[in-house]
Amino acid sequence: MTDQTTDTETKSAEKAGLVSRFFKETELDTRLLGMIGALALIWTGFHFYGAIFNGFGAFLTPRNLWNLSVQTASIGIMATGMVLVIITRNIDLSVGSVLGFCAIVMGVVQVYILPQYLGLGHPMIWVIAVVVGVICGAFIGAFHGFLIAYGSIPAFIVTLGGLLVWRGAAFLVARGETISPVDPTFALMGGGPYGAIGATGSWIVGILGCAAVLGMIALGRRNRRVFHIEQRPVWAETFLAIVGCGAVIGAVLLVNAYPWPRGIVKRYAEQEGITVPETGLFISHGFAIPVLILIGVAIFMTILMSRTRFGRYVYAIGGNPEAAALAGINTRMMTVKIFALMGALTGLSAVVASARLGSATNALGTLDELYVIAAAVIGGTSLSGGVGTIYGAVLGALVMQSLQTGMVLIGFDAAIQQIVVGSVLVLAVYLDILYRRNSK
Amino acid sequence: MTDRKGTPLVELKDIAISFGGIRAVDHVSLDLYPGEVVGLLGHNGAGKSTLIKILSGAYQKDSGEIRINGEPAQINSPIDARHYNIETIYQTLALADNLDAASNLFLGRELTNALGFVDDAKMESETAKIMARLNPNFKKLKEPVSALSGGQRQSVAIARAVYFNAKILIMDEPTAALGVHETAMVADLIQELKKQGLGIFLISHDTREMMDLCDRVAVMKNGKLVGSERVEDVTEDDILSMIILGKNPKAAA
Repeated sequence: MTDQTTDTETKSAEKAGLVSRFFKETELDTRLLGMIGALALIWTGFHFYGAIFNGFGAFLTPRNLWNLSVQTASIGIMATGMVLVIITRNIDLSVGSVLGFCAIVMGVVQVYILPQYLGLGHPMIWVIAVVVGVICGAFIGAFHGFLIAYGSIPAFIVTLGGLLVWRGAAFLVARGETISPVDPTFALMGGGPYGAIGATGSWIVGILGCAAVLGMIALGRRNRRVFHIEQRPVWAETFLAIVGCGAVIGAVLLVNAYPWPRGIVKRYAEQEGITVPETGLFISHGFAIPVLILIGVAIFMTILMSRTRFGRYVYAIGGNPEAAALAGINTRMMTVKIFALMGALTGLSAVVASARLGSATNALGTLDELYVIAAAVIGGTSLSGGVGTIYGAVLGALVMQSLQTGMVLIGFDAAIQQIVVGSVLVLAVYLDILYRRNSK
Repeated sequence: MTDRKGTPLVELKDIAISFGGIRAVDHVSLDLYPGEVVGLLGHNGAGKSTLIKILSGAYQKDSGEIRINGEPAQINSPIDARHYNIETIYQTLALADNLDAASNLFLGRELTNALGFVDDAKMESETAKIMARLNPNFKKLKEPVSALSGGQRQSVAIARAVYFNAKILIMDEPTAALGVHETAMVADLIQELKKQGLGIFLISHDTREMMDLCDRVAVMKNGKLVGSERVEDVTEDDILSMIILGKNPKAAA
């Protein structure tokens, strides 16, 4: 019986031609490739537009791409949570305001409260501030989730209310003041020359990344052997290994190719007592800390969604809420947990955003909810529920940020930027609908 | 023939439930013995599905008592029902369309490895095993169930109920969406499970089919039990008049 299936499958694969056989054997998501293709198009498009019309292609430079990665972090972290919310057929319009509120709370904690008791610059200040911010977000999210699940109020209404309430609350907490400067260690989580891990650290991350790619392929083969599932051909595995490790190493080379600016090098050299040679000192940025936070969150969320019961239930509720309830899943409690997780991620995102700014303002995160939802949706999360991936949302955030950065670089004004971003959102969703229709 | 002596597997006593003033199930009593197939018949809205959902934990009864193996049972949720080895195949199949067969089969009861992560490979191979038994033509293990035909979806729903060693099986219109061949398959399966000593509640509109598959038929109308009769003792016409007129011809006679 097994032989028979193998035969028919190979035959149909041959019939479908080399290209589709390639996708079948590598089990690559064609949607993912489409997004990477779109991203490549945006990046080269902006670069060459700049090169031709402005005389300088600024997009595909280590400096711009490094900055792009930092700018993506805040939206990307929240987008991974928004995926869960949208999969379960809800929406969260309040994340931008909750981000602002958490940032203000963290600002008050680390600038006004903690230094009184611990002394200025105490090493625990940033830890406590981050924990307070994340817990604050989680509680707000859980409260929203509770109203949605147990009060049966539509998520749209609860979070629309939240959008106004938490922005107002953020203003009240600090009476509209900007709170600065944040704790110096806290500020590292926003990136910048000091908020990056340098060349050596980046290589360590890169090697760990490559080891993870190879380990996952080996583990996959082992699982398939144990349970007698047909193995992927060796050439397909090799291809995936090379592409995976190549991407990781490429990213390391890229972030290491971006040196610290001269002024910072000079100050750093003075502090450390190093003499700067005539040619200047090349100190690499390496991966920025907010980017590492985003990567960590994305890995955590991917494992959560694909390897745990929690993730399975999220998809089940999105696919058929009634069936999920009949299967014994507490769908209401799940809603509370999902919104609490969204809130916690918003709190973490507030850490990155306020650290990057170096201060906390009550306007922080304004309109972020729209970019977060757009990132999730561009990344293939279906608003009708049940479908969506974490990596898609992160890529979606990168697409959104690339568009904005690119338009700033080539000198489009704000009005045109808004028109383009809005149009791209609608176009992306339309293309996605066409894709799904054809793949059925 | 089923031995109807001893302790019944299930006793439903005086079960009642109302939805906004409408008595969907009005003081119904019914029992089920091991190795017995009891058919529930009646018009749409007669209360069959509602009665069965009380047993499967989807609804909570307003009053009455459920006994399993003679012991009073508290069934307040689908999880409670599972503790009593009650499995249900719903009319709607209750499948999450976006998940594959294995994820649906183990929904709410995922197999996990030592680290507490879901063990997809193991669930897939277990699914392949049971599907090979139930529906040998079933090959689309990795596709979301929305890509499956009506019969294939039905076999996923049946596999889910059978896999976990049910003692009491509830089947709500199990053959409504099936072709001739698949219907015969379900009939064979019912006979096999009956031999293993399971008690089965079967809901259907097809009186002919019920006469073939069941040991007893119970007819409901407007939330009330009209009567329950052994299939040997009644004709198809008797059953039809019970369904339509709500009168038990034997009791009247």
